[in-house]
Amino acid sequence: MNLLKILDNLSNEELLNTKSSRRGSISQFTNASKSVALASIPFALAATSGKAKAATASMSAAAFQATPTEVLNFALTLEYLERNFYQIGMDTDGLIPQADRAVFAQILKHETSHVAFFAAALGDAAISEPTFDFSGKGLMLDTFENYATFMALSQGFEDTGVRAFKGQAGALANDNDLLTFALQVHSVEARHASQVRRMRGQKGWVTGGTATSNGLPAVFDGIYAGEGNTVQGGVELAGLFGSFGGPDAVQEAFDEPLTMAEVNAIAGNFIVS
Amino acid sequence: MFGYNLENLIMKKPVIKVEVSTEAHSKNSNSRRQFLKMGSLAIAGSSLFLYGCNNDDDSMDPDPGMVFDLGSGNLGILNYAYALEQLEAAFYTKVVEGSYYKGLADGSDEKILIEDVWYHEIIHREFFKTAITAVAPNDITPDLEFDFGTVDFSSRASVLGTSLVLEDTGVAAYNGAGQLIDVTAPMGGTYLLLAGKIVSVEARHASAFADLINPGSADFARDSILVDLGGTGKSYDRALPPSEILAAVGATGFVTTEFTANNLPAS
Repeated sequence: MNLLKILDNLSNEELLNTKSSRRGSISQFTNASKSVALASIPFALAATSGKAKAATASMSAAAFQATPTEVLNFALTLEYLERNFYQIGMDTDGLIPQADRAVFAQILKHETSHVAFFAAALGDAAISEPTFDFSGKGLMLDTFENYATFMALSQGFEDTGVRAFKGQAGALANDNDLLTFALQVHSVEARHASQVRRMRGQKGWVTGGTATSNGLPAVFDGIYAGEGNTVQGGVELAGLFGSFGGPDAVQEAFDEPLTMAEVNAIAGNFIVS
Repeated sequence: MFGYNLENLIMKKPVIKVEVSTEAHSKNSNSRRQFLKMGSLAIAGSSLFLYGCNNDDDSMDPDPGMVFDLGSGNLGILNYAYALEQLEAAFYTKVVEGSYYKGLADGSDEKILIEDVWYHEIIHREFFKTAITAVAPNDITPDLEFDFGTVDFSSRASVLGTSLVLEDTGVAAYNGAGQLIDVTAPMGGTYLLLAGKIVSVEARHASAFADLINPGSADFARDSILVDLGGTGKSYDRALPPSEILAAVGATGFVTTEFTANNLPAS
């Protein structure tokens, strides 16, 4: 992957509007977090059935497709969030048990690389690093005092990351280099997600479309909205595999995308500005 | 029960012929076939995956007209994915019949994990069969036959090691196939999204198998399986073209039904 080539590709769109697009990205997140705060049950916002349906059809419907620059800044924001989260976790004495540090050191290394790549690829168009609040603002989470909370958030961030990249495949489909790069990051996030889930005693794969079916409290429902989908390529698969795990296995066998707005609503809970 | 091709077994000759011989391989236009080796396919301590194939005398080749070709365009990519899912599903079907799996305690995490993966791969295989049959009933990859004689299904190390290679290969295959899907063709966007929906599940599998083999380590996303992009570190899964994937799969000797991939999109 040639960074210069990516830059070249990006320069074809409104790179000249760097400043305003940067502001646009940030205010987008700010707006998302504001509307979420008003609702007072932040994660449940994205869990309405209408939105769950939208998640399922998000790419093929293609009602809204971001530009490659917007997608890369969206990705950079998520990678910033993850890198910050794991950096603080690793730096907090007594939080991560010795036996688990190799895992989180590896994840931190990857997220740090991903930040570097997206930032370099965007160059001047890159958003500046947001300020994060991993207490989840109104959620008052004891993220760095309680390893169980840290692990739960880690699972939530990784599973969200997988869905976020998947949801942007269509927006990058016309640029083979960007699409392939995004896929190469996407599957690494899935490796992380599987590992953290299993460390929490969960299956490595996503079962069902609720937080509780994935070992998280219901306040996290937005992260899993739409994962209960059993229709693939227009074919209802739920009833076809009674001898092979049934509908649960069908749900697990396909990960579902989230739209950019759905992901922003989730991430917005942890972004101050 | 396998009805495999004896000739292929004796010669240990990969039966998948890869000739994605457009501009990407123009340098090798003289060689009738191109067999590439993928280093990661070599399981430590095993030579099963190491032999390539330079045996290019074609005296025993069957009539090319009788050999299935995966086809071109999005159909070719779907047939390619279907062939890989057939391989995975057939492998885990053997795993769950084997003594290592049967010897695991019922309800144990390890047994449930392997059973889940078996389910998922069966579902992927049947999904592709249904999807391809709907659009091209006469041009779908046939039911392939396999020979897993080199795998010791009584051995945890052999089963988990082979599982890991298959899942890691699946990740690299789907990542490489994404850009080959023509999203302007009918259903193209759906196919791309489907590839994305499946590849992350393959990656979840790979992660789990690596951790079963070496618990608590960084192997779930280990440096040796990842690549560097832009000098930022080994933090990215591979994305390999069908030519490399099929050559590597062919080199395992697992697939005994001959087929070709002469018309897949190269970019």
